[in-house]
Amino acid sequence: MTDTYGILIDYHWCTGCHSCEIACQMEFGFAIGQGGIKVFEIGPWQIEGDTWQFDFAPVLTDQCDGCANRALAGKQPTCVHHCQARCMTYGPLSELAIALADHRKQQLYSL
Amino acid sequence: MTEKREYVLIEHEKPWTYEEDGLKVARGSAWTGPGCHIGCGVLLYTDENGRLVKVEGDPENPFNEGRLCIRCLALPEVTHSTKRLTYPMKRDKALRGKNQFERISWDEALDTIEAKLKEIAEQYGPESVLFMQGTGRDIAAWISRLAWSYGSPNYGFPLSGLACYLPRVSGMYSTTGSFWVCDCSQQFPDRYDNPEYQDPEVMILWGNNPLISNSDGFFGHWVVDLMRRGMKTIVCDPRMTWLGARAEIVLPVRPGTDAALALGMLNVIIGEDLYDHEFVELWCYGFDELAERAKEYPVDKVAEICWVDADRIRTAARLFANAERACVQWGVAVDMTREALPAGQAISALTQITGNIDRPGGMIIPPELIFYGGGFGADLLTPEQTNKRLGMNQYPLLKFGFATFQPDVALRAMETGDPYEIRGLWLQTTNTIACMGADPKRWLAAAKKADFIVCTDLFMTPTIMALADYVLPAATYPERDGLRIGDGPQRGETINKVVQVGECKSDMEINLELGRRLNPEAWPWQDVKEMFTSMIAETGYDFDGLRAVAPAYPRYIYRKHEKGLLRRDGSPGFNTATGRIELWATVYANAGLDPLPYFEEPEPGPGSTPELLDEYPLVLTTGARNWGMFHSEHRNIPRLRSLRPDPLIEVHPDAAEKFGLKDGDWVWVENQLDRAKRRVKLWPALLDARFCSTDHAWWFPEADPEKLYEVFDLNINNNVTWTPGKSGFGSNYKCMLVKLSKVEEGETHD
Ligand code: SF4
Ligand code: SF4
Ligand code: SF4
Repeated sequence: MTDTYGILIDYHWCTGCHSCEIACQMEFGFAIGQGGIKVFEIGPWQIEGDTWQFDFAPVLTDQCDGCANRALAGKQPTCVHHCQARCMTYGPLSELAIALADHRKQQLYSL
Repeated sequence: MTEKREYVLIEHEKPWTYEEDGLKVARGSAWTGPGCHIGCGVLLYTDENGRLVKVEGDPENPFNEGRLCIRCLALPEVTHSTKRLTYPMKRDKALRGKNQFERISWDEALDTIEAKLKEIAEQYGPESVLFMQGTGRDIAAWISRLAWSYGSPNYGFPLSGLACYLPRVSGMYSTTGSFWVCDCSQQFPDRYDNPEYQDPEVMILWGNNPLISNSDGFFGHWVVDLMRRGMKTIVCDPRMTWLGARAEIVLPVRPGTDAALALGMLNVIIGEDLYDHEFVELWCYGFDELAERAKEYPVDKVAEICWVDADRIRTAARLFANAERACVQWGVAVDMTREALPAGQAISALTQITGNIDRPGGMIIPPELIFYGGGFGADLLTPEQTNKRLGMNQYPLLKFGFATFQPDVALRAMETGDPYEIRGLWLQTTNTIACMGADPKRWLAAAKKADFIVCTDLFMTPTIMALADYVLPAATYPERDGLRIGDGPQRGETINKVVQVGECKSDMEINLELGRRLNPEAWPWQDVKEMFTSMIAETGYDFDGLRAVAPAYPRYIYRKHEKGLLRRDGSPGFNTATGRIELWATVYANAGLDPLPYFEEPEPGPGSTPELLDEYPLVLTTGARNWGMFHSEHRNIPRLRSLRPDPLIEVHPDAAEKFGLKDGDWVWVENQLDRAKRRVKLWPALLDARFCSTDHAWWFPEADPEKLYEVFDLNINNNVTWTPGKSGFGSNYKCMLVKLSKVEEGETHD
């Protein structure tokens, strides 16, 4: 049975550490600033009182091949492997979709 | 020497080195260079040409559990950078500052250095050579042994007031007999699942952003692990950070007033009777005196000093004290104020009177395989030479913690020849004029007086360009064998050589080879592996044996003070004069210092020199870390530099408007001493429009070497003086008053 795989990012916990980006760049030898994933900063701005908007949002790009070769070797994508906040999960879309329903501020990518 | 301690090991799927898809893989520890305070578990991939092609986090290593920051991920581009120093060089002393080095052989380099050092020792005494290091490289053990075996007591850091880590380390040793860190389960190979472990309920993040700084053996993202498991945080930071935005409460403390904030919190905890009576009664000394002192810091007064709302302080104090398990993860901001010792003492007292001592989820004593703080071989020095250590007479506390010289006293000796002339400098992994040196032009002028200067590093630096007569090329960690015995909880881990770059040698190899020439009895080992084996003899492993099983975790026992495991005499209690945690410090009293924590206004500062506020209205904190850089390193690694091409100063939009500045403008950051260039980044997350914040240790490797890579345009420590605290510890690196003005076209520092 084959299921499409995906990456679920619980971006509430993404610290913007860039490990996913650099791991991807180094794995594939991408040019500086390019790669299969790019991290965007959302904020900081003050919403009210102590409540601030301060998030990072990693986005998969056209250069992402889902780490196909690593998958064949039974390894996680290198971005997921190195994610310092461990806010990325790799797995079958059907399972990730269930986790997606659990709380806000998550994004699901199909690979 | 055959005692074998009990170690807890993890299971490995594969041997430490194996083949995978045509590449060779080696497991090991990532410590160092380039610099870092951590030493994550890594898998190093090398190809058939012996090149490092990839670094991955080792998922089997409990410390980082497969994760890596971008500095290790991009390491192949550091190790194989074409800009590395790859062979020894010399330059005529008359040509210091000129880009006119000449390649020489290792033999010539070592022969000459040996001869010159012996000559200096004979003519002037070995104490007239200073041995200096930077931070975050695996070097303290070896350079200290080199200095001491040569006969010089003067090993240390060119950092005013030793204002990084050492004030906290020495302070904690003096008052508790041990060192303390937050319990994030880092001492257990099964980590959060360990049955004895419990998460902290509350963690204070004080004066550091551990996610980026990864300081002192503390892997910053453990904080995120714990937050995801439900831990609450209190963040003391003048900026709203990612962590602050997720904290229970933020205390936007005015830089340099941390001691007052801690004393205010103690005032609340004691005044509202929220402390742990049983722990205080059984295990602390001087509580009544501390309570009296805390009364002098009512919250309203503290709020005024720290520019923090009084109710915030109260709420934070209650949250911390009411937690069943709580700890403080602190950073260098505590050390980088002049009165760092009492600041550290006050913050420590928060954890002590709440009983969060050596229990799960509180503060723990990081296990050590080797006493890292003591250096390696202090017994090599005669008492006569030991007594010549610069600063020992002025600052008796130097006897505790690290056996270093006092850097402000050392600078004066370099300048004035008092108490004796400084003839030689051995600068190993320190880029002093770009990084830790205060008032770098003053330090450079003093250093230039030395007759003989040797520098060792990975890359050419402004400091080497300005000073070196001899340059020795050092290795990055994949190019060397080693032991990971640095900061934080030590695990039995090895660093494993997988590549060779040019003629580079590891720092310890350099020290061993030179040490053997200077004092063969002190360096009896054939090679570094034999040296490591002898160092870890107590563990029962030899180097190869440890490498096969690493990481080896010493078994951790909580509540050691109850079990008589901390004192040499085996009785319960702590390793202090009174056997208790000393809230009133006997050691400080004996040294003629105030035995209780106190706050003194940083000077200059809004509280001490209000008259300067008209001209210099902003409070600047420095030293904020970037993801891709370790202090002055990595500016020459394009992939990492691309994330932070320029030195930035974060300025509140209101302040920028006042100074007529916009985002991206180049400005002079100026105080009463000097100025440095920065680019403005408008940053609304500064929690007071009077705060601004900048990163440090900038130089432009792409700039003219003979202009010293524009280091004096860029070094924010131009604005810092060499003025230590009363104890000899602490200096105002991170709190100063400044103004900003636009850089005119083509304007340089001089
Ligand atoms: S899955 Fe692989 S290719 Fe895609 S972004 Fe992650 S690391 Fe890059
Ligand atoms: S590695 Fe993880 S935490 Fe870091 S930026 Fe990427 S998604 Fe965010
Ligand atoms: S913190 Fe970063 S640089 Fe330091 S050892 Fe870990 S991955 Fe490497």
